[in-house]
Amino acid sequence: MQAVPDGEVSSFLVGDAASGDSVEVRGPVGGWFVWKPEDSGPVLLVAGGSGVVPLMAMIRTRDGMDGAPFRLIYSVRDPEDRIYDHELRRRATEDGGLDVTVVYTRTAPEGEPRPTGRISIDDLVSYGWAAEQEPTCYVCGPTGFVETVANLLIFLGHDSSKIRTERFGPSGP
Amino acid sequence: MDAQTEAGYDGNALAGPLSEVFAVELTTAVGRCRGCGTSSQLATLRVYSLEPGLVGRCPGCEEVLVRIARTPHAMWLDLSGMSALRIQMSNGSAAETGE
Repeated sequence: MQAVPDGEVSSFLVGDAASGDSVEVRGPVGGWFVWKPEDSGPVLLVAGGSGVVPLMAMIRTRDGMDGAPFRLIYSVRDPEDRIYDHELRRRATEDGGLDVTVVYTRTAPEGEPRPTGRISIDDLVSYGWAAEQEPTCYVCGPTGFVETVANLLIFLGHDSSKIRTERFGPSGP
Repeated sequence: MDAQTEAGYDGNALAGPLSEVFAVELTTAVGRCRGCGTSSQLATLRVYSLEPGLVGRCPGCEEVLVRIARTPHAMWLDLSGMSALRIQMSNGSAAETGE
């Protein structure tokens, strides 16, 4: 857990909650940041840090379906920050039509050809979809990350109505 | 990036409190801003978390569209920043059939 200054949930989990405590969770709620299996068009998923979590739910929902091809671009600081590392490696091999690219902002594993750095327009061109293919784009991460990626996608010609975003506050990679 | 933007959440954060009082999912509904006329899915509003509640602003002009405040026994809901709210009644989100 990473405490966000003034964060309602993270400060409770980091400061007050103890191992063994019960937590009641409501949800899922909200219908906007959702991928439905009947949507057959290509999908671009762009994650900043723990923003990969709702996108992973979409990848798991897609499990075993032939439909929409997915491309995930996942930005992390360091190799050890990768959430779902094992599962994503397995799915990138086994799930047909799922491409996974991890970009590193601070430290990359040995042999990684891409220089470390924040996600760029080159990454979206190399690992995403061309705007002409009209992918639905789901972008989740810290506010700055989400706004940067959404602006780059619009610059690349993606229709803003095809870009869905979820921000979780100011911190992050 | 200004300080206001850095503090921002988005309208997805409204889903929980709105689901407590409305029977339909409202973050995919389209609200029209009374200030500038921009129509936006509520999920795309810029949301500021300010005790005791949430403030949702128009992505077009930053006008306040939604205010939600909680007291120990009530929820206060101010939608006066919107001149209309379009709620999709069949399957599918308001985005796909938007006006």
